[in-house]
This record gives sequence, structure tokens and C-alpha cells, in this order.
Amino acid sequence: MALAHAEVGNKAHAPKKRAKRIAYFLLAPGLTWLLIFFAFPLINLAETSTKTPAPTFETGEFVQTFRFSNFVDAFVNNQEQFFRSFLYALIATLFALAIAYPLAYAIAFRSGPWKNLMLILVVAPFFTSFLLRTLAWKQILGAEGPVVSALQFLGILPPEATITATAFSVILGLTYNFLPFMTLPIYASLDRIDYRLLEASGDLYANGVTTFRKVTLPLSAPGVVAGTLLTFIPASGDYINAQLLGSPENYMIGNVINSRFFRVVDYPTAAALSFILMATILVLVVIYIRRLGTDELV
Amino acid sequence: MSEPKKVQGDLVLSHVTKSFGDFTAVDDLSLTIPKGSFFALLGPSGCGKTTTLRMIAGLEEPTSGTISIGSTDITDTKPYERPVNTVFQNYALFPHLTIFENVAFGLRRRGIKNVDAEVERVLNLVELSHLKSRKPGQLSGGQQQRIALARAVVNKPALLLLDEPLGALDLKLRRQMQIELKWIQTEVGITFVHVTHDQEEAMTMADTVAVMNNGRIEQMGSPAELYENPRTVFVANFLGQSNFIDGSIEGTDGENVIANLHGVRIVFPKTRNNANGKAVKVGIRPEKFRLHDAGSSAIGNVLTGGIITDISFFGVSTQYMVEMPWKQELMVFEQNDGGAPDLAKGDAVTLSWEPQFTFALDGTDPSQAK
Amino acid sequence: MTHWLSKNLIRLYAVLAIFFILLPIFYTVAFSFNDAQKRNISWQGFTLTAWLNPCEPIGICEALGNSFKVGIPATILATVMGTMIAFALGRYNFRGRGTTNLLIFLPMATPEVVLGASLLSMFINIKVGSGLLPVIIAHTMFCVSFVVVTVKARVASLDPKLEEAARDLYASEWETFRRVTLPLVAPGIAAAALLSFALSFDDFIITNFNSGVVDTFPEYVWTAALRGVPPQANVIGTLMFIIALAFVFAGQVLSKRRLTK
Repeated sequence: MALAHAEVGNKAHAPKKRAKRIAYFLLAPGLTWLLIFFAFPLINLAETSTKTPAPTFETGEFVQTFRFSNFVDAFVNNQEQFFRSFLYALIATLFALAIAYPLAYAIAFRSGPWKNLMLILVVAPFFTSFLLRTLAWKQILGAEGPVVSALQFLGILPPEATITATAFSVILGLTYNFLPFMTLPIYASLDRIDYRLLEASGDLYANGVTTFRKVTLPLSAPGVVAGTLLTFIPASGDYINAQLLGSPENYMIGNVINSRFFRVVDYPTAAALSFILMATILVLVVIYIRRLGTDELV
Repeated sequence: MSEPKKVQGDLVLSHVTKSFGDFTAVDDLSLTIPKGSFFALLGPSGCGKTTTLRMIAGLEEPTSGTISIGSTDITDTKPYERPVNTVFQNYALFPHLTIFENVAFGLRRRGIKNVDAEVERVLNLVELSHLKSRKPGQLSGGQQQRIALARAVVNKPALLLLDEPLGALDLKLRRQMQIELKWIQTEVGITFVHVTHDQEEAMTMADTVAVMNNGRIEQMGSPAELYENPRTVFVANFLGQSNFIDGSIEGTDGENVIANLHGVRIVFPKTRNNANGKAVKVGIRPEKFRLHDAGSSAIGNVLTGGIITDISFFGVSTQYMVEMPWKQELMVFEQNDGGAPDLAKGDAVTLSWEPQFTFALDGTDPSQAK
Repeated sequence: MTHWLSKNLIRLYAVLAIFFILLPIFYTVAFSFNDAQKRNISWQGFTLTAWLNPCEPIGICEALGNSFKVGIPATILATVMGTMIAFALGRYNFRGRGTTNLLIFLPMATPEVVLGASLLSMFINIKVGSGLLPVIIAHTMFCVSFVVVTVKARVASLDPKLEEAARDLYASEWETFRRVTLPLVAPGIAAAALLSFALSFDDFIITNFNSGVVDTFPEYVWTAALRGVPPQANVIGTLMFIIALAFVFAGQVLSKRRLTK
């Protein structure tokens, strides 16, 4: 039905106009919803970010003063959390990549009749509550859990040490919770590789490692890029893992935004922080779009 | 529920043009396909044959021109309002419906009453009644093809369009289906319009063949006419193989034209002359040449001084490449029936052919001569 | 032995990785049977109490009910609107394609804190405040993008020749859609709806920003985490897991049956 060509001639115009009208009618509800409840709130948030507390000093009351230095202040006061967020997110992404790639490879090429089952099991954690999963980790890594007991028994861990409330457990939580987001895109692009390409490579004198380096890896690059973005972006804005598995020393920028909103009731700073976070992420997205075009996004 | 108009008659395309932006796929095409005939649209990829078929089906709209069946103009009607059905290249059977429901689809949309009887009738015609409860995914390629045909034919359309329906089948199955299709067409009596790039297919099945190139029909006629008397180099090379020897026309002699081919005098009937001026490309099919040992006598048009440069054995025939004194290689097919002399590479030979088999084309014909 | 090892090393690894992935699930399921009243941290004994009295802790079943009160409308709205957009993108050409793609993609790329904060900020400004309705609106918003992605993939893989064949066989545009297009895209729409519901049910951050006094199930778990999550929460988590697995398996079986007899 796609009338992709510019048609000349009076007969052609009527159905083409109708098609366009149908397209706009289909797009209208969803796009309007997104405009009102996604785009507009963001603009609203931008507007809030340059406000200052009202002269009356009433909690939650602000006036618009176009105080752009809010951004500078917000960044400077929370540098530590910003850097920590991106650092944790980066480490978690790298760990996730290291764990997910071989797993995706195994499912795509070495799973035989178990392929579907394995895929389901990889996605299965998604079906339980995110919070329950993270709390389970808190339990597993906790002082009364098996991991600590085992490590203490083996003498690796001193008697009073804990694993929870450390950077390690926060990063573990992040890695774990975003693992499906990394695994599935990599699996999808590996699965698309024609096995005969690998056979051809072997026929042309490449051993297993070389075939992987020169053929498999480059062909799975789109999946790796997608998985990386899908992991890094939400991870940098997360605060649940930090709150449940970490201590205030490990708090990320998400925690700050949350507390600025609810506890301190400082909407302008919370807004400014949100935008700085978004801006950084958008830079990455723009680089991604430049490489692959918008049709690949959706 | 849409009811196609009760239409009968010849299919007439009148000055039909189809452009996609700057690109003209079909260029001022005019064509009449007689009712009840088996018609083939033959041509290479991109020549516009599929676009033409889709316009007849209503799946594309002509940029200008009209299409009618008999006295009814169908140019502006929707596909579901035309008494035309299509057999698609990859069959396009509905994967979520049973074979029975696939075949019944068109009948149901038209509100026909005794669906069961009609579906049984065509399934018996293609001998696949036992598969009626299966789904398309469970059938082989050949079976799917027959069901696609049944699904179209059951609607008793005025016109049946076939878009390269045999392309996905292996050779043996294809040959079998060619015979079956021809038989069904004669049984059912519907006009068939068959689009293909396979010249053998077109020639064996069709009553009339139109060869298309760059959006135009180069020549139209019976398979024999097109093969024995092509009017352009393109048609000559698309249907089978040809040899073309450049020459100039020197005069006439009664019923014949006299031409000079690199110093040799040959003749051919005036009726087979399509040259516009003096420059002429003389065409001879490889199987029309006769090979003789050098020095022996020959009747008809004779070319001496040939040397055999290559011999290929084809079982039924042997193909010889013969280099002539003017450095052109000519292709010769000799039937392996003991009639040709025993020859080897490097042997000197004389070529001859009967003048009536010559086809003379314009010397300035732009299509690549072999 | 070493040859077997090198061949199967990666398979072994995969099994270990999957075990790692399922570890918290085992824990959640196991501890739903724990005989613990307050602190469900260490194993105290096997019991079916939690399973037999799932609504005993105060507020847990109300929170669960709220999750459904939000999830079902949000899923319906997001699935309908998202499917419409998917068809527009997959079937028609129109200006503003790039902008549309971007608008669909951005919510998926925006951190939830930002989405939640901006919505709350707007709702406060227009005096709507917080509650279940803002949450339904918010969930619909972020689910639409996921529905579009899921359904669009299915629409794109649909052979356009099938619709042409239907029109050739006397089906009008509407009949073609009803009898050919929709049945063939339906599995994609179903998958999108399930994904939507899963995302909505499990959402915490955006919900937390906008729900105010009422709680959904994840919010209940969050507040309970401070004093001790009751085993009943594990029961619900286990049930959701089993139901979801059942849906997936059913989906597989159904899709096989559609294409055979």
C-alpha cells in the first residue's frame, strides 16, 4: 500500500491524499499523548530549572527568575554523584557485556534444541518484580547470606566485613538487572549471521579465533551498540540499586534527584540535575543516530 | 462484499503509460489480447512486464491511458471490483487459513452460495482435494502453486494473470506445470496472461507472445513468427541465439533482395527484409546453418573459408564455433543424427543456409548484435 | 577430554550464566515458603502459611489491586495507540517520519527519574496532583514506545503480496485488513500488550513520583523493605513469574498451531 513514488497525473492524487490522511489519523492519538505527557513535561521541567525559591519562603513555592546558574550550582554541588553514576554505569555496562556476549553467542550458535528455552530463561527474571530481585540480592549478599558465610569460611573475608553497602554490590545489582537488555540485542544480531559466512571463513584458512575476530565480531557490532546503550542509559539514571544495595557513600545522581524532589523539595535543583543527566545521555544518542539513522531506533 | 461487473470480451490496453517520478516503466503501450487465448508477456527484468500485469490487475494505476475488457472501461476500478484474478509469483497463500478457506476466499467475499461444491470442483481439477484441511506451510512448492491457481480459477474471472508463477520450481516440475497450465487453460477457456522472462516457457505455452523491452513492446506474434522472423536484434537475441553478419543491400532480383556480405553475394526473400536503407544485419539461426567440408558443393547461400575454433557436445546436438575470413565467429548447431560431417578443431569448412530462413534487420539497430 | 572441554566450554559457561540469572528467582520462590513473620531474611522453616493467607499483611492486596487498576487501562490505551502508530510507520509514507521516530524513541532513552520528575512537576503545576490517574497516564506514555517497536517489527515482516492477493480476490480495503492483515499481526499485538502490562506492573520509579498516597505492588515492597518484606510479597512475585511463563509457553504452542493444523 505504500505509495512511495511521486505520481504524475490527475487520477493518482485522490488515493494518495487519502492514504496520507489515514496515516495522520493513525498517528494522532499516540503522538498527541506523547507530546502532552512527555515532551511538554520536559519543557515544563526546563522552565522549572531556572526558578528560585519564592520570597515568601513557602515550601514548594518558586518564582521564575531565569537563574541559569542553577545548572552550574547543581553540577558543582553534586559532581561526586555525577561522576559516580557514570562510572558505575560504565563498569556495569562492561561487566554486562562481558557476561552477555558469550551467553548470547552460546544461545545463537551452540544451543541446538534448547535455544527457545534458554532465551526464555534469560528473559524470565524480567517477569518478577524488579524490587524483589534486587532485594533477593541484598539477601544473598547480606551478612546472613550464603556468599558472606562461604567467603568467611574460606578466609577471604574478615569476620566483620560485609558485601552489601559497597560499590561492589551496587554495581553487581546494576549489572544483573540490565543483563537481559544487553543479551537480547547481541543475540538478535548474532542470530542473523548466516552460518555459511563462518564456514566460508574457515574455508579461507581462518581458524576459530580469527573467524570470530574478523567475521562474527564485526557482524554483531550493531547488537553490541544497541545493548550497550540500552544498558548504560537507564543504569546511569538508576537509584534503586544504590538505595537497596549501597550506602549513602554509593549514592548516584538518581538518588539526589529523588531526594531533592521529595525530601528537600528543591524543584529547580532537581530539574537542573535531570537536564544535565539527560543532556549527557542525549549526546550519546545523537552520536548513535548519526551512525545508524532514525529508522534503526524504533 | 464486492461484486465484480459481469464483463466479457477482449482485453484492450490503449496508450497506457506508467511513470514513477522520472522513470517510465511502461511507455505508451497499446495491446489487444483476444478472449480465450493464452498470451505471454516476455522480457528481461525491468522491462515493464510485471508493471503492465499489475495495472491490468488494478494493483497499480496507469499514469495515462485506458484499460478495457470488451466494451467496459476498467481503468479506474479497484482490484476487488474487477473480474480479474492473479496467480502471484510466490503464491501469496494466506498462511493462517486452511487450503479450503484459501480457495474459498474470493467466493466468500462475493457472497457466492454453494462454496463447498465450487471449491471441491477446482481442487479436483488440480488433484489436491485431499489437502483441503492443511495449511499452506505444510505443502510443497509445487502443491502451493497448484492451490494458488485453483484459488484464482474458482472465481471464473474474465482474465487470469500469472506473474512468473513457475519461477520457484525445479526444472522437472516446471515442465510438468507448463503442460498442466496449458491444459487447464484449454479446459476452462479463460484468457490467460502469463508474464515471464523464460523464453522457452513463453514459446511452449502461449498462443501469442509479446516481447517487451524498456517499457515498450518490440514485437508481438505467434511463437513461431517471433522465432523465425524477428524484427529487431533484441527480439532475435532474446528468443534463442542468432548470428548477425553486417552487409549492404545492392539491389533486388524478382522476389528476392540481393546483399553483399564481406564480398560474398547472398539472397533472401523481400518479405523477410526489415532494413530501412542499405545497411543491413543479416540474421541466421545457428541451427539453420549446414556445415560442409571445405571444397564440397552446397546449395543456397554459401560462405566459404571458415575454420572451426571450438566444438561443444550437447547430447542432442553439437555446437560449433566457426571463424570466418573477416574474423567473425559464427555459431552453428548440428543435430547429432549422422547428417553432419565428422569434424575437428582447426578443420576448414564451408557454411550454407537456405535463403528463406534469413531474417534481415536494419543495419543501424542499436541493440547489441552478438 | 580437553577436546570435549573446549567444545563445550561455552555451553558450560552459558549454563552457569543462566544459573546466575535465575539465582534471585530461586531465592524469591524459596523464601515464599519461609516460616517468618517479620524478617524474611534467614531460613526458619518450611511452611505454606504465606501461600494460604496471601492478603494477611496490611495493604498488600490493596497495592496489588492498584497495580491491576493501573496496568489494565494503561495496557489497553498503549496497545491501541501504539499499534496505530506502528501501522502508520510500517505502511505509509508521510512527512515528519524522522521526528516521529525520535519522539517514539526518546521516552525509552530517558532515565525514569527524569520522566517521573517532569510528570510530577507538570501535574503539580496544572493542579492535578498525584494519585492513580496520573500513574495510568504516565504508564500509558512510556508503554506506547515499546508497543510501537514490537508491533512495527511484525507489520514490517508481513508480505505485502498477501494483502494484494486479498484485494485481487474481491476483498475491499476494510475486509483485507479484517481477514488478512489483522490476524497475521495479532501475535505481535498480543506480545506488545503483554510487554506493556509487564512494564507497567513492575514499574517503580515513575509510579513512586506520581502516585502520592496510594501504593502499587512495587511501592508496597519498597516501603516494606525498610521494616521487612513479608513472605506474601514473595508469593505474589512467584505467582507473577509462573503466570508470565505460562503465557510465554502458551504463546509458543499457539503460534505453532496456527501454521499447522
